[in-house]
Amino acid sequence: MSENIVALSDATFDEHVKSSDVPVLVDFWAEWCGPCKMIAPVLEEIAEEQAGKLQIVKLNIDDNLEVTRRFDVMSIPTLILFKDGQPEVRLIGAKPKGQLLQEISAYL
Amino acid sequence: MAERRQVVIIGSGPAGLTAAIYAARAQLEPLVIEGEPSSNSDQPGGQLMLTTEVENYPGFVDGVMGPELMGIMRNQAIRFGAELRTAKVSRLDLSAPSPFPLWVGDPDAVEPTVEADALIVATGARSLMLGVPNEERLLGYGVSTCATCDGFFFREHNIAVAGGGDSALEEALFLTRFATKVTVVHRRDELRASKIMQERAFKNPKIEFRWNSVIVDIVGDTKVSAIKVKSTTTDEVSELPVSGLFVAIGHEPNSALLKGQLELEANGYVRTIERSSKTSVEGVFACGDVQDSYYRQAITSAGSGCMAAIDAERWLEERGA
Repeated sequence: MSENIVALSDATFDEHVKSSDVPVLVDFWAEWCGPCKMIAPVLEEIAEEQAGKLQIVKLNIDDNLEVTRRFDVMSIPTLILFKDGQPEVRLIGAKPKGQLLQEISAYL
Repeated sequence: MAERRQVVIIGSGPAGLTAAIYAARAQLEPLVIEGEPSSNSDQPGGQLMLTTEVENYPGFVDGVMGPELMGIMRNQAIRFGAELRTAKVSRLDLSAPSPFPLWVGDPDAVEPTVEADALIVATGARSLMLGVPNEERLLGYGVSTCATCDGFFFREHNIAVAGGGDSALEEALFLTRFATKVTVVHRRDELRASKIMQERAFKNPKIEFRWNSVIVDIVGDTKVSAIKVKSTTTDEVSELPVSGLFVAIGHEPNSALLKGQLELEANGYVRTIERSSKTSVEGVFACGDVQDSYYRQAITSAGSGCMAAIDAERWLEERGA
């Protein structure tokens, strides 16, 4: 994992997402999910390119059921963009980089 | 100027990557345009990226995970010098003889991205959807085409699987790890799936069958709460309460890009000339599921990818002579 992407847990999620000065894109993923692995390098690229404007974090759903359930995640990968601690955009399924950027561009 | 390549391969499932291994070893420096991430089978690595254990690929005594197998093939292609690009071909033009122009990104750009002396099409197939009301709206909210991605979320739920082939039963069996009950909804009274899969499914106490039935609608406000099932014998519609629906009713070839460019079968599959990978356009070869509606196995795809690379190599040689 790149140094630009932090792994969160049920315990650290709220504090981290609420206290961020920039929008936070949360990647709900798991080890056994093929499409999650495919978008991982794309997210690393975005994290690097948008450093300072956007923070990307990962949440392993196997280990962090509380947050996963709270946001009704039923399919992975799911990406949720939080601004000021509030969920604003929800993207379900793996998507190409261009499309990901486009869908969150209003918040960057 | 567009980049010129001897061999361009579109697609990176077992067919595309095997073609890449062979073409790279023949020192043709192939470019593989592998596709872009998606949660359908139209993606780098192809349909195996959405599977778990592959038990029938020769050479793996204890089976191998689908995504892992594709990672191995990818590394093998790279080892021999294939170049892989994570992008999608947006347009191609086969109206004039080789080299064939291909566009990545803006399909209206004047200048093509790449020109290929020989082209190998290995774009594969994707899952068919039911095409019923509310299906698209509830995709990701209980409707799924990927049991391995989403099964986890249905722990102790009742769910349904649509379909009667090997992939439907594979999904159903996989889902029994999580679900309380899995109902397979099938439009006929017998399955198309292989005997070994049928046996496993019939033996599994968590799997039930709803025969002669088609799904006509999906019910749910913010997530799936039931499906509406119609009997093909009595036309009666009933509601089956489930929180998940996994669709595995078959595949369609990813051939939209090729429409009007080369000869397709009536069902959309690329027509290849008997016992070869040659298509109706000289210098264009096809392999894998985009030209095979019958066998559709990882190993037959890989085999046909090898054929395409050899056919392309010989064609280039003959033309050069």
